[in-house]
Amino acid sequence: MVADSVPPMNRSPIDVAFTLNGLEVAISIDPAERLLDTLRYRLGMTGTKEGCGEGECGACTVHVDGIPVNSCLIPTYQMRGTRVRTVESIDPADVSALLGSGATQCGACTPGVVMTAVWVWEHPELLESHTLRQLMAGNLCRCTGYDGIIAGVGQTLEENGR
Amino acid sequence: MTVFMPTTLTEALEIRCAEDATPMAGGTDLLVHWPEQLERHDRDYLDLWGLDELRRIEWSDDMLELGALTTYWDVVTDARVGAAFPLLVDAARQVGAVQIQARGTWAGNIANGSPAADGVPVLMAYGGTVVVASSEGHREVPLERFYSGYKEMDLTPDELIVAIRIPRRTYRHQRFIKVGLRRAQAIAKVGAAMVSNGSGWRVVASSVAPTIRRCPTIEARISNGQPLGSPDDLLPAIRTDVSPIDDLRSTAAYREQVMSRVLYYAIEEMNHR
Repeated sequence: MVADSVPPMNRSPIDVAFTLNGLEVAISIDPAERLLDTLRYRLGMTGTKEGCGEGECGACTVHVDGIPVNSCLIPTYQMRGTRVRTVESIDPADVSALLGSGATQCGACTPGVVMTAVWVWEHPELLESHTLRQLMAGNLCRCTGYDGIIAGVGQTLEENGR
Repeated sequence: MTVFMPTTLTEALEIRCAEDATPMAGGTDLLVHWPEQLERHDRDYLDLWGLDELRRIEWSDDMLELGALTTYWDVVTDARVGAAFPLLVDAARQVGAVQIQARGTWAGNIANGSPAADGVPVLMAYGGTVVVASSEGHREVPLERFYSGYKEMDLTPDELIVAIRIPRRTYRHQRFIKVGLRRAQAIAKVGAAMVSNGSGWRVVASSVAPTIRRCPTIEARISNGQPLGSPDDLLPAIRTDVSPIDDLRSTAAYREQVMSRVLYYAIEEMNHR
């Protein structure tokens, strides 16, 4: 599904190929297109949200080659040959602790929070050098006061044996 | 908008010389509020992200060399860099969170030329140099002489920053200070990086002048052996070295006041350790 609001392409397009949630994607994009817009409007992956548009809030967090990044600050042409992963790839059962701990209220920040949380769960060794709050600092939430988010991420780490 | 996507540095330098294209690394500065920045859509770009030869951290007997695509996260996760240059890690960990640290580069921080940069002060305190290249060859400029004014730097339109070199020295004290609106995800209102080898200090200030800059008067005042009675004793030296302004993030008065206090208490603490 592609939304109606794909930006009009009035410049020479660039061909970009990458994997999105494990599937090969080959598209022609406007050189001025951000990864966030390619995902949402060209590829229909609207789970990724736009928040501040300046790399502060983290609502647009996706993984590129396994590390969280702000998709609002990445030109899509830089994605050639990379692995991109969005919230659509996440099994809801894997994030149930976040629901139980009150980690989500209005939901605007949640897809980004989930993507950073998944990265922390996949790299528990980061807790040797960082606190959970430091690792989650790039995802702002104006509803929960963060305690529910930290509790949910921490609970899953414990269940995973960390 | 045309994007040039070279795969080798040689090719990139040829494009840099032939075209009026803005170099782009991780995009964390250039893409801020991108949809509204229409004038940026009319420029051409030189995409450096594919130049893997600039993605390296190399040691020699007397220095550490960071390739121009070294990110903050590369440094945060490199234990050897953390052991030898702890301020690099301290500063890198305060540049946004992982999402920015994974994309933002040290060389991009230098080239962006912000007076509020976090990476530049620690590189300058450690005596870092900037290696710039053109199709004609390489040259090396001490970072403390790289800036001549607000966003003005010693880089010609045919040159690219290709590496940063940091001399390996022994320090007795080293400290990075960043005062922002909050502890995470904030830009510096006042910042400082300071190192001492036991006989003298190097002090670099951020967010209090048109550029990141060394502070020779403050260095002389705290290295001269005369004890400081209070933070206010630093104010004359601060007023000589820097010129803070009122802007959207803070006021000149606040910056001056806070600078005197964070420096004073950092020195007190380090001297009594």
